Amino acid sequence: MATPATPLLKDELDIVIPTIRNLDFLEMWRPFFQSYHLIIVQDGDPSKTIKVPDGFDYELYNRNDINRILGPKASCISFKDSACRCFGYMVSKKKYIYTIDDDCFVAKDPSGKDINALEQHIKNLLTPSTPSFFNTLYDPYREGADFVRGYPFSLREGVPTAVSHGLWLNIPDYDAPTQLVKPLERNTRYVDAVLTIPKGTLFPMCGMNLAFNRDLIGPAMYFGLMGDGQPIGRYDDMWAGWCTKVICDHLGLGVKTGLPYIYHSKASNPFVNLKKEYKGIFWQEEIIPFFQAAVLPKDCTTVQHCYIELSKLVKDKLAKVDPYFDKLADAMVTWIEAWDELNPSGLTVANGNAK
Amino acid sequence: MAEFSVMEGDVDIVIGALQSDLTSFMNEWRPIFSRFHLIITKDPHLKEELKIPEGFNVKIYQKSDMDKVVGSSLTSRLFSGYACRYFGYLISQKKYIISVDDDCMPAKDDKGFLIDVVSQHITNLATPATPLYFNTLYDPFRKGTDFVRGYPFSMRNGVPCALSCGLWLNLADYDAPTQALKAEQRNSQYVDAVLTIPRGVMMPFSGINIGINRELLGPTLFPGLKLAGEGKFRWETVEDIWCGMCAKVVCDHLGYGVKSGLPYVWRNERGDAIASLKKDWEGMKLMEEAVPFFQSLTLSPAAVTAEDCLAEISTLVKEGLGAVNPVFAQAADAMTQWMQLWKKIGCGPSSA
Repeated sequence: MATPATPLLKDELDIVIPTIRNLDFLEMWRPFFQSYHLIIVQDGDPSKTIKVPDGFDYELYNRNDINRILGPKASCISFKDSACRCFGYMVSKKKYIYTIDDDCFVAKDPSGKDINALEQHIKNLLTPSTPSFFNTLYDPYREGADFVRGYPFSLREGVPTAVSHGLWLNIPDYDAPTQLVKPLERNTRYVDAVLTIPKGTLFPMCGMNLAFNRDLIGPAMYFGLMGDGQPIGRYDDMWAGWCTKVICDHLGLGVKTGLPYIYHSKASNPFVNLKKEYKGIFWQEEIIPFFQAAVLPKDCTTVQHCYIELSKLVKDKLAKVDPYFDKLADAMVTWIEAWDELNPSGLTVANGNAK
Repeated sequence: MAEFSVMEGDVDIVIGALQSDLTSFMNEWRPIFSRFHLIITKDPHLKEELKIPEGFNVKIYQKSDMDKVVGSSLTSRLFSGYACRYFGYLISQKKYIISVDDDCMPAKDDKGFLIDVVSQHITNLATPATPLYFNTLYDPFRKGTDFVRGYPFSMRNGVPCALSCGLWLNLADYDAPTQALKAEQRNSQYVDAVLTIPRGVMMPFSGINIGINRELLGPTLFPGLKLAGEGKFRWETVEDIWCGMCAKVVCDHLGYGVKSGLPYVWRNERGDAIASLKKDWEGMKLMEEAVPFFQSLTLSPAAVTAEDCLAEISTLVKEGLGAVNPVFAQAADAMTQWMQLWKKIGCGPSSA
């Protein structure tokens, strides 16, 4: 039986890449990325020129552009941190986003074949998720798999997939303490599975190899206040992941994790990382129970509305952990205002019933 | 690959015999099973004599043995068909129980090595589970991996793992309609992962290939839900799915973990999915009611042991589901009878 080809979604997907150095890594991705439009978000010194390899269709934004486009609202976009990438989500006009770090390369599957990560993300996003009941054979929509005995038929339609979270071979996404203790550990295990993260379950979302349906969940993908002038770094994707998952659970959308793998080549300096993460390691002990207990009002049926409500909960419950969260809650509101200004065609509409 | 050396004295391998000739089954498993004590419980409805090859340390329980212990009416009610294995769980005195269906053989992993299911289940059970927060690199206690960035340190101790659910290559555990529709489909995807099912999340628990910490779970795995037309094929039963959901509620309540993934077994062809379709419908209809029920179940703080939890669940089942279908009320009664048996017989040195 012939497998239907995965649609390329060339005109419906933007690839968002934050960078402060160079984009040499794109050469390796050329066979897979060349058909797509790139949005480069240049962090750091805007007077520096970042060369984009020939043949790519792209738009590039540096800090000056961000300030010009957003005006005072630019305060919600981080500086000197890859969190600035979320500006790219905001200015995109496409339905889907794929974001990747500039130290991530094409990985090989166990047979030695190059992995087309983008194609797998598209497959993940175009097939339903199954958050309501765990399928022990993982993604039932994958070729060769299905729902197992005992899986209620009424749940087999699944829900729309909002997020596809890929993984990393070689340098795993460890925190600084783990990196310090295990500097030589490499992820060599290829786990051939995609699975839905169950409803009500939070997870540490990594922004290195991530795709999402911008129409379904875009406004929730704010990567927070990190880097220069902020007390914390390396928690941008975590923050977006917690907000996104709470909202997805509320709106009946799915989040998948697993394939595809990319090859993560650069281990950042663990001592530098420790300084950035330090506060986060303490704060996450409070943040995670906060998100686990967060309940959104039933009348929140759009992502923006959910997000604003979440910002109120953050102000109410997390500001006592540190005044930073008060600032962050304000920035969350600024983000939504900026998003709506740049995307005036309509609110991001829910696809399911608010729970 | 398993990393724990298993103490033979800690393990019973419990096999429910639904076919009389276990010669090839036992010979296939010999490299893995021969150093352990085996309990083979014969389906009380199976008339033929069991055929078991030499060289195993095995205790067999047939209908007459079960009758002596529990009485013939309970044997028939509780231990028919696939449920005969629960008799083995009842009389075992060991810390760990490993159970596989008698139509399964050892599988080979992605490198061509024979999978030692006992070793892998014990490794899963002996290392902590992590139900409180999802680790995107799966089981952080496996060699070569760890907790990822963003995983709270206070949760990194994990919790004791009470249940290990393995998977199946070749004939996956599909229901009859799925298998009938995809007659040629065989599972060839070896997923090299063990993961913890998060707290509060329900799953379809397959009894085909499991490891149990009997010390922690006590009577939690039990024979309960019996379909009217329950037959000799997994397609015609949902008893394991039922007791698995009860077990997950108990584990979540008591702070134990449930893992799923490795090890794989090779499941052989048996039966006709289309013929089983007629019987399977009842089970599928029941799942539509049972799953939402268990998803919303919470137990009282007074339930502090597995026995307390099961007692509460059986009352809640009777109240909440008894009116929906008499099968559920019967399941609640069976749970009660099972717990009485457990008190009398099952409370060996390894009770929770």
